Amino acid sequence: MTAPTLTAKDFTSDQEVRWCPGCGDYAILKAVTKTLAGLGASREDTVFVSGIGCASRFPYYVSTYGFHTIHGRAPAIATGVKLANPDLDVWVVMGDGDGLSIGGNHTLHVLRRNVDLQLLLFNNEIYGLTKGQASPTSRLGTRSPSTPRGSVDAPLIPGAFALGAGARFFARAVDIQQPQLVEVLTRAHQHRGAALVEIFQNCVVFNDGAFHEFTERRVIPDNQIYVEHGKPLRFGANRTHGLRIRPGTLSLEVVTPGEEGVTDDDVLVHNEKDQALATLLVRMAPPVFPMAIGVIFDSPAPTYEHVVLDQVTEELQAGKADLDALLAGGRTWTVL
Amino acid sequence: MTMSAAGSEAVRERQDSVVIRFAGDSGDGMQLTGSQFTVESALAGSDLSTFPDYPAEIRAPTGSTFGVSAFQIHFGSIDVLTAGDDLDVLIAMNPAALITNLRDVRIGGLVLVDSAVFTPRNLEKAGYSANPLEDGTLVQYRSLVLDMTTLTQQAVASCDLTSKEALRCRNMWALGLMLWMYDRDRSATIEWLGKKFAKIPKIADANIAALNAGHAYGETVELPGGLTGYAVGRADLPPGTYRTVSGTESLAWGLVAGLRAAGLDRLMFGSYPITPASPLLHVLAGLRRYGVVTFQAEDEIAAVCSAIGASYAGALGVTSSSGPGIALKGEAIGLAVSTELPLIVVNSQRAGPSTGLPTKTEQSDLFQAMYGRNGDAPLAVIATATPTDCFEVGIEAVRLATKYMTPVMVLTDGYLANAAEPWLLPDTDGIPEFPVTQRKDPEGFHPFVRDPETLARAWAVPGTPDLEHRIGGLEKSTSSGHISYDPENHQQMTNLRAGKIAGIAKDIPLQETALGEATGDLAVVGWGSTFGPIFKAVASAREKGLRVSHVHLRYINPFPQNLQELLAGFSKILVPEMNNGQLVSLLRSAFLFPAQGLSKVTGKPFKISELVAAIHAQLEDSA
Ligand SMILES: Cc1ncc(C[n+]2csc(CCOP(=O)(O)OP(=O)(O)O)c2C)c(N)n1
Ligand code: SF4
Ligand SMILES: [Mg+2]
Repeated sequence: MTAPTLTAKDFTSDQEVRWCPGCGDYAILKAVTKTLAGLGASREDTVFVSGIGCASRFPYYVSTYGFHTIHGRAPAIATGVKLANPDLDVWVVMGDGDGLSIGGNHTLHVLRRNVDLQLLLFNNEIYGLTKGQASPTSRLGTRSPSTPRGSVDAPLIPGAFALGAGARFFARAVDIQQPQLVEVLTRAHQHRGAALVEIFQNCVVFNDGAFHEFTERRVIPDNQIYVEHGKPLRFGANRTHGLRIRPGTLSLEVVTPGEEGVTDDDVLVHNEKDQALATLLVRMAPPVFPMAIGVIFDSPAPTYEHVVLDQVTEELQAGKADLDALLAGGRTWTVL
Repeated sequence: MTMSAAGSEAVRERQDSVVIRFAGDSGDGMQLTGSQFTVESALAGSDLSTFPDYPAEIRAPTGSTFGVSAFQIHFGSIDVLTAGDDLDVLIAMNPAALITNLRDVRIGGLVLVDSAVFTPRNLEKAGYSANPLEDGTLVQYRSLVLDMTTLTQQAVASCDLTSKEALRCRNMWALGLMLWMYDRDRSATIEWLGKKFAKIPKIADANIAALNAGHAYGETVELPGGLTGYAVGRADLPPGTYRTVSGTESLAWGLVAGLRAAGLDRLMFGSYPITPASPLLHVLAGLRRYGVVTFQAEDEIAAVCSAIGASYAGALGVTSSSGPGIALKGEAIGLAVSTELPLIVVNSQRAGPSTGLPTKTEQSDLFQAMYGRNGDAPLAVIATATPTDCFEVGIEAVRLATKYMTPVMVLTDGYLANAAEPWLLPDTDGIPEFPVTQRKDPEGFHPFVRDPETLARAWAVPGTPDLEHRIGGLEKSTSSGHISYDPENHQQMTNLRAGKIAGIAKDIPLQETALGEATGDLAVVGWGSTFGPIFKAVASAREKGLRVSHVHLRYINPFPQNLQELLAGFSKILVPEMNNGQLVSLLRSAFLFPAQGLSKVTGKPFKISELVAAIHAQLEDSA
């Protein structure tokens, strides 16, 4: 390949970005273009497919191919893209309402089928584009124009949903924590199959500070745990805390090795192939637990489109099929 | 029983055409029986048309009226275009089949029943208060009341079957008798039974024994009323190689032929099961060798979206459903209109609204096809008329979708999907090609640059260097393809989208009459599966000297360029439809003609006699 390596700037389109100043989407855009440059991606083979929402404006701002579709349906459209041309590198961008409410069914099925896509869920726990109604990830009691006395429906945990649907990759990142976000996006890209990345995205206008509990600089050490395969699940300033299985249960607890007879060996080591562990990690939330960030689960399996298209290729290899043979198959007779 | 030594061959009465219906319980194998009778009739050189009519319930309680499954075949030495009006022969395998089908038998028609199953319990289940075999119900018909149960049991006695298995061979006994009655061969059926039950030879043997026994019964036993069997001559079909096809098969093959003609490698078919559209998914799923990828999506929305995604990525995206599923696809079809991507949407219509009558035919989704989207979202609408016509319509749908970068709605229906007729195999080398060009040249490119002739935008496919672009459902500028909220631009784009579809009229054949002169007292205008009955009815009226012609539309949006002029040549216009008056409204609004509708929504096709009566009524009015 003689093509020059592209920079993050080369992946930025000439379109004027229309998000509100200070919106977390800007940071995600920056991380994505940086990731693409880092991956040595080619513009012509990269496709961004989105639904509808603030997040879904994303494709317009990237200089690759892009398809801004309809609300909730991006995973289904992207599945068709891959069935037409599995060589394309397809990224799906969806909002929390887009991907988990109106499009929840498609997200479920694209994960269980394991179509080779990077699925970026911009979770701002609110409906941005329609001006601030509660979303399926909004915390209980969220006051919004549609829930003036606070939302009463329990929020969905995207990670638990994804793992329940049979996802083979689930990771989390925070919009403004750039190096980690780039790292997680790169890992999602490396994973062959459906890779869902939940990105905590701050909506400055309708849900500002929704994630402050674990994203404010001063609370990060205690309220976030960046999980890495093969490394102990430790967090806190000076990594004083750790996670272990509470003896006699199937649940996690926060411990401090060196205290109350807890040793370093009691602390769990992250294994990103362990679905049971992932299921426990995704359910953690402050104030009791830190929020798990990073690659929580990564256990590849054959991708849908490759299994399907292998069958097609296998049959095609038998030679270009004869149309006349098809029409004349079955029982024929001749009229003289 | 009196045995007749003389074979009955010599005394067979000639018949031009015959309508037979096999009716029985869902578990009685009536569809298979009818299909085999069809095969044998086709092989005997008949022209034919079939109409399977099966219940919505998969396993309705045995003996219930709503569990009755029927298969009708009309065959003959004449040009057969419909599955037939009134029945010449009804085979009723139980009382429920008799009570639900008897009213369709013509007076003097033959009714074959199995006396053994007319038990008090079965009579009660069917809703008979008295035994119809004894109370004179059958006096106006020729009835053939045989103990088919015992006759079948005797025939399979040596096959070591359970009594239940033995009884399941009754259908083959009845088929054997019918094949004898119409002087058809049985070898294709014997071969088929051997294959179907290859793994359980004793079942194959028993079915063949029952088939042969039914046949032998006709040949040797003197049937009541001096019934001697009939001779139906060969139809005068053009020479060539034939097969029977259902509308589903010929549509699937038409799509594949269209794919070839377009020079495309891959057809991506996204669908979600629904009656009566599922068979298309099943047929296409077997065509991987022809470049077909099928995707059973999680719902109809995902199905159409996957097809749109595939078209966006350079394959031919096709989706199919029936009315309820098409309703779900509406928003996405609008996206394909807005992004101007090729897309074929097949609607196998069924009776609505809502779930309606899933297994019954209707043509009531024409308005949905025309208008069932938000905004001004025009697309091409074409309709199939007969099972074999589906092949050409399939090819034409591919041509229009790719040449005009537009969704094309193909309207077919439950009748056409399942009905079969003989098909003179086309010369595939003679199918005109319409190679599709995908844009490669970056010079002067933007995603909505148009071909000045067709107004189609360029098809620029991901993977092509230097054509990277973004499209979506937001309005875009005519001059750059970028998002545009400019009011004048929206007006222009709306006009362009409408103009593109309207312009297809220049690229489709002028409308001709299917039968009759281009002027006259009455034009009977139809579309879709009413072709056969309308054609026959018009032919019959013309024989009586009436100045009536048949106009049948394949192209509904846009209408052929000369349609207005053609229809203006008739004093009256009658539009029979299996809906509450949809095409008639389109014609009235497009041309301001006082066209008259004729509506039938009983879930059953028009009868020729109904249409003949309507034609006479129209012309008497004006007399
Ligand atoms: C079929 C349909 N229903 C509703 C809408 C209106 N709508 C647009 S975006 C949206 C929700 C946006 O929230 P989210 O998906 O979380 O994205 P965000 O704007 O927060 O990024 C809704 C309800 C629509 N465009 N289409
Ligand atoms: S409304 Fe919220 S999510 Fe949407 S652009 Fe503004 S800040 Fe971002
Ligand atoms: Mg949101």
